[in-house]
Amino acid sequence: MKKLMSFFIAIVAACILLQVGVSRLESAQGDSGAKTLNLFNWGDYIDPSLIKKFEKETGYKVNYETFDSNEAMLTKIQQGGTSYDLAVPSDYTIEKMKKEHLLIPLDRSKLKGMNNIGSDFINKSFDPGNKYSIPYFWGTLGIIYNDKFVKASEMQHWSDLWNPKWHHSIMLVDSARDILGFSLVRNGDSMNTRSPAKIAHARTELDKLAPNVKAIVADEIKMYMIQNEAPLAVTWSGEASEMLDNNSHLHYVVPTEGSNLWFDNLVIPKTAKHFDAIYAFLNFMLEPKNAAQNTEYVGYATPNTKAKALLPKDVRNDKQFYPDADTVSKLQVYEDLGLKTVGLYNDEFLEFKMHRS
Amino acid sequence: MSNTAKRIYYIPYMLWIVLFVIAPVALIIYQSFFNLDHQFTLANYATYFTSSTYLMMTLNSFWYALIITVATVLISYPAALFLNQLKHKNLWLLLIILPTWINLLLKAYAFIGIFGQHGSVNQFLGFIGIGPKQILFTDFSFIFVATYIEIPFMILPIYNAIAEIDPALLAASRDLGATNWQTLTRVLLPLTRKGIVAGVQAVFIPSLSLFMLTRLIGGNRVITLGTAIEEHFLTTMNWGMGSTIGVVLIVMMFLSMAVTGERHHKRKEIGTGAKEK
Repeated sequence: MKKLMSFFIAIVAACILLQVGVSRLESAQGDSGAKTLNLFNWGDYIDPSLIKKFEKETGYKVNYETFDSNEAMLTKIQQGGTSYDLAVPSDYTIEKMKKEHLLIPLDRSKLKGMNNIGSDFINKSFDPGNKYSIPYFWGTLGIIYNDKFVKASEMQHWSDLWNPKWHHSIMLVDSARDILGFSLVRNGDSMNTRSPAKIAHARTELDKLAPNVKAIVADEIKMYMIQNEAPLAVTWSGEASEMLDNNSHLHYVVPTEGSNLWFDNLVIPKTAKHFDAIYAFLNFMLEPKNAAQNTEYVGYATPNTKAKALLPKDVRNDKQFYPDADTVSKLQVYEDLGLKTVGLYNDEFLEFKMHRS
Repeated sequence: MSNTAKRIYYIPYMLWIVLFVIAPVALIIYQSFFNLDHQFTLANYATYFTSSTYLMMTLNSFWYALIITVATVLISYPAALFLNQLKHKNLWLLLIILPTWINLLLKAYAFIGIFGQHGSVNQFLGFIGIGPKQILFTDFSFIFVATYIEIPFMILPIYNAIAEIDPALLAASRDLGATNWQTLTRVLLPLTRKGIVAGVQAVFIPSLSLFMLTRLIGGNRVITLGTAIEEHFLTTMNWGMGSTIGVVLIVMMFLSMAVTGERHHKRKEIGTGAKEK
């Protein structure tokens, strides 16, 4: 009993010591000082050497905190515990945050280099006139195929997925709007349709696709595709670029008839405090040289036209991640459809998942 | 004095029950009566009981949970019997409990590696000439992994029930000329019924709402009520509908408790009656 007690006390003492140490360290790094910037971003979504360069050039200290889903980020900002100065939400979340008054408008007079951003990527429905957000990276929804099993000519359009040849071959990303979305595009409808009949039609078409579907999974798609577990997958270009880096047999296609166009944009949330640092950082990231360096590190597509021009030729001309203007013009950004329609999409998707053939 | 002292001992327990059992259940029931516009309504229940999707899903959940439970009983009972005859019982029991200390997700990921197209099972199948088969994302793999995960929870109560049996009873049964089969069905099974019931309750109810496994191992080709609840709370933000499914699950839980519990009660009466004779 005595032994147990001393063991217990030792553990408590160790915990207290560690806690004190951590809080000392945190206060030493100083998130209270005026010369800091609290950046709230996705994991591994910026070149760390750029942060060092920014700190050296401007003298601001950057605290980099990460999140792994838009919903998690939204909750943390709603709670307002930490004074995040900049965050990087995706398009539909920006619309939601705007509606909930969680964003501070950008002061255009303090921004330099906004015209570096290509006209295809500004003034989108989720933020008209880009009052609140600056495009950081963009991407698409598309098909990944493994050239060991699939020829390029066999996989150019959404309808190619329905080919009976691909029995039990396709992995779909577990996302109602994306999966119903490509079925809607195939039917010639808008990915933002609110019409229950059109959504139901897209679902009955998906039911016909069911025999070809191997699994409906999330992040694991990356692992499976890299390991040649499945010949085909439908997922986002960001995920695709990671897979392509790890398996040279994989290729990414954006069907020319249309697809989703998504954005991750820099915004200033209500919790922001260090405005000088914020604009210094935004201007730093808008500089073509820095944006190009960041793009090479992250591997996503940059909306910064001048930065794109600085990229190596094979990256810049890669149709997989920079589709031609004709295809880009057919890409659709998701609108916030409201809870009722989102619910409808998810109900239909659930029914598709239940469909057994 | 001693009475008030006793009451003080009850306070942490009562607080726990109220905060973490009664309050959440009450909140779920409350939530289930509201639609997306925060209006009081019974529509969620109407939707549930008129939608073929939800009814099919309920049936699926029941069906899978039943198969998983039967499979675990079939494996656990002989295993528990065998364990009781071993020399270092506690060591072997520990080895069976050991996997429960490892997180469910890690075990699921391990099975992804084992069952994958290039996993060890398919390599073996290829080696003996059958060739790689699709194992992951099938009903079989889902039931196999779920059974594997639930087995310790079935073995433990059965093991304890068997350990409590006086060995003299088994010896007497054999002395009186019962065959092994008769000893099993007439003596062992009735005496360990309590353990089996406890095991069934510990396995069947959680199996109704497995949802990580349905995605990771079942590839969302297996859909249970858990999948729908997760979706309503995280994606569609329709907490009312999610709560409604939750309430249905809770009711099913109580029903299965009542069904298994009652039978156990009756048997006990017969058992004590027999003893009095």
